[in-house]
Amino acid sequence: MKIGRQALPLLFKDRASCGFLALLTGVALVVPILNVAVPESSPLHLSSYVVGLIGKYLCYAILATAVDLIWGFCGILSLCHAAFFALGGYAIGMYLMRQIGTRGVYGHPVLPDFMVFLNWDALPWFWYGFDRFWFALAMVALVPAALAFVFGWLAFRSRVTGVYFSIMSQALSYALLLAFFRNDMGFGGNNGFTDFKDLLGFDLQSDGTRSALLVVTAATLAASYGACRMIVGSRAGRVIRSIRDAESRTRFLGYSVESYKLWLFVFSAVMAGVAGALYVPQVGIINPSEFEPIKSIEVVIWVAVGGRGTLFGAAAGAILVNYLKTYLTAAFPELWLYALGAIFIGVTIFLPRGLAGLWRSPSQVE
Amino acid sequence: MRVVTYGEWQPLWLLLAVCFLLLPVAANAQTADDDFRAVVAEFGDANFREKESVAERLLETGHASARAVLTALLEDRFFFRQQDQQPFIVESSDENLSSFALIDPASLEAAGTSEPDQLDRVITNNRLRRFLRITIARFALSSPDADVRVDAVKQMLRSLDAASIELLRERAIEETNSSVSYEIDTALALAALDEDEGSARVAAINTLADRLSPEVYNRLSLLLERDEDGNFIEGNEDARLAATEAIRRIDAARNVYSIIETAFFGLSLGSVLALAAIGLTITFGVSGVINLAHGELLMLGAYTTYVVQLAMPNHIDVSILVAIPAAFLVTGAVGVLIERSIIRFLYGRPLETLLATFGVSLLLQQFVRSVFTANNRPVVTPSWMSGTLQFNEAFSLTYNRMSIVLFTLIVFAILLLVLKRTRVGLEMRAVSQNRLMARALGVRSEWVDAMTFGLGAGIAGVAGVALSQLTNVGPNLGQAYIVDSFLVVVFGGVGNIWGTLIGGMSLGIVNKVLEPFAGAVLGKIFVLVAVILFIQRRPRGLFPQTGRAAESS
Repeated sequence: MKIGRQALPLLFKDRASCGFLALLTGVALVVPILNVAVPESSPLHLSSYVVGLIGKYLCYAILATAVDLIWGFCGILSLCHAAFFALGGYAIGMYLMRQIGTRGVYGHPVLPDFMVFLNWDALPWFWYGFDRFWFALAMVALVPAALAFVFGWLAFRSRVTGVYFSIMSQALSYALLLAFFRNDMGFGGNNGFTDFKDLLGFDLQSDGTRSALLVVTAATLAASYGACRMIVGSRAGRVIRSIRDAESRTRFLGYSVESYKLWLFVFSAVMAGVAGALYVPQVGIINPSEFEPIKSIEVVIWVAVGGRGTLFGAAAGAILVNYLKTYLTAAFPELWLYALGAIFIGVTIFLPRGLAGLWRSPSQVE
Repeated sequence: MRVVTYGEWQPLWLLLAVCFLLLPVAANAQTADDDFRAVVAEFGDANFREKESVAERLLETGHASARAVLTALLEDRFFFRQQDQQPFIVESSDENLSSFALIDPASLEAAGTSEPDQLDRVITNNRLRRFLRITIARFALSSPDADVRVDAVKQMLRSLDAASIELLRERAIEETNSSVSYEIDTALALAALDEDEGSARVAAINTLADRLSPEVYNRLSLLLERDEDGNFIEGNEDARLAATEAIRRIDAARNVYSIIETAFFGLSLGSVLALAAIGLTITFGVSGVINLAHGELLMLGAYTTYVVQLAMPNHIDVSILVAIPAAFLVTGAVGVLIERSIIRFLYGRPLETLLATFGVSLLLQQFVRSVFTANNRPVVTPSWMSGTLQFNEAFSLTYNRMSIVLFTLIVFAILLLVLKRTRVGLEMRAVSQNRLMARALGVRSEWVDAMTFGLGAGIAGVAGVALSQLTNVGPNLGQAYIVDSFLVVVFGGVGNIWGTLIGGMSLGIVNKVLEPFAGAVLGKIFVLVAVILFIQRRPRGLFPQTGRAAESS
């Protein structure tokens, strides 16, 4: 094992990381140029649809990296990361709803359309502040962090581990799903938020904005990848891995297992929230179905396909599986669930290390 | 060329003979129907006075449909068709209907439809309607069937007038059935509330104090209200006190009944949860496998019920009894298949099993969608499971909920017997306590694993049969129950059958108790949060496994 004590140089020594970051930079540079600068008649032109799709995949890649950080390195299988993702999405969605202003169907200057429709006459207290971008941005990180902190603190302190933790996190996600479906919650109920107009004054439908969002997403993915690498490469990262491999022994050695787990879980939740916040403006809609437990389980399978405990594998798995999903749901709609089911079974039985395990020699795999 | 012998034709001869024997009976019924029809036809051009005598003669025929015809006449649902002057009862004469469903007055069977303007209504006036109401009531009151008499009295006490009170008084003297007498007492007491004598009213109120019907309650609360001038409607102070006391007593009784009812709803929901969760807890307890495809096994069980009903459309009542073993076998076989082909490669890696079984659940869902389409399939409730057991006006239990509770208890009893009294059960318990030691003693642990998984899956299928009676049978049936089942397992303690039963029942009751205050959705969220908090105090559930088995897991 060549992982050094200084984290940063490692980032550049590790060939896989270098390749991943170089590829990401390439995408962030080339895709916008092909979309904006190359004329539509050229065969090299990328349509806005494809740009949006790539942006979406990159958001999923951030989410997958977040899950890999805690599952691959700390052994915590969280089935509520899609919920953190959705919470981040809802936070930015609230900002985007406030930005619509009088351009909504009912033209109310303050209240979003669905509130006018439900005959509300004032903004609920938790909507205050979301007309400011910085506030929404803070909430994108703080809301998932707070939820992860409370849930994680309760769970880790009483040593809820393994499968129990997975089931409880699934229940949490399910509770949020039910809550957000309620109209009384003030989050648009069933329909969620949609019909966004602009972000910071830029039209969300324009090619320029879409390309800019894509670049920002790629940069965020690179940054969060770097951050995860630093964490797992640091001394703390070694403790985290030893928690995964022998939790009791680590505790007996005097490490505070609970706080390591808790802070890693919170950080991972924030990453998921940020991914959700980047996702919503590019997709243009957020609704409670994002909380469905199946979404969280899908994220886990992206990680498993790519190879857990590798970070770049998780990101690659997210992009690969979602590309497959886009392709299959369009070409063979009834085949998609069969394919997804087969991937779940095949990967767990035949590829326990994921695709990354195929070309990495066993000694290199952590 | 086949030679037809006498023997082959024998059934036909028998049938013919029976037909001849039955002929006179049928002819008899025919003439009774004809007489009846003849009287009914007289309504066509009778005036109001004549209609009264026609109605009386109609009852004198003693025909079973007489009451239905007169009731229809009373409710303006009796018509003559213009083209052939045939009389018909219509199902509903709502003005918004574009066509009326016709019913034959003699046989009371459906007889097609007709446009409203093709029909002439047989009209009634107030006098005739009063006459009809009394006639029908008297007829019903003298019915030999006590249930008919009870219904008649209940009908009458909704709109009491002098004539019906008189009728009830007469009946009260000769009535021998206690429940009919009870209803007549109620009706007479309600009538006595209009007496001039204050003490008579007080006595009536005291009689009514243990009656639970809404009519009595509304009437008594009316006594305590004030008119526009601020005076009490009931002038007598004693009567008001008595009424207040009576209402307090009725409220108390209703409260007790509603608590019992909530508890029962909770128990029946809890039974469903426990039934759905029990298979999970067995597989997790013995082989440490979290089976996320469990919900889909429930779904398969429900679809098996549907298929069994398709196969025997004429025997719906017994179809459920056939479906239970069928579902057990089908889902049990699927379970063994899943275990042999997938899960056995993943023992000792619980998180991976979680993912692989989730993959299985997706496959099964899509499989069901491909075979049965994504639409919900109709499953018929057998007649012996529909209906309610009515204890009194404020309290009744539905038979299907009662059957579910009973069914759950039976399944649990059988399961306990299997685990405690059979060889397989013994081996399962041995493997779950100490796998290596069991193997050393010659237990084929692989075989036990497969059997355990099959048993857990089979019970899921049986639970699916029960679920098919309660919810829609569709591809998403499993997903609706999987999270709840897991909560029950985690709450009750993994691998503990009693824990699952008690956990399921308590979650069911808590759910139903919270529902009126918080609404169904919010109540469910509270339960979820409560279980998450509960796990803080008891990380291994209500009844944790103890001993060596607990340490290794």
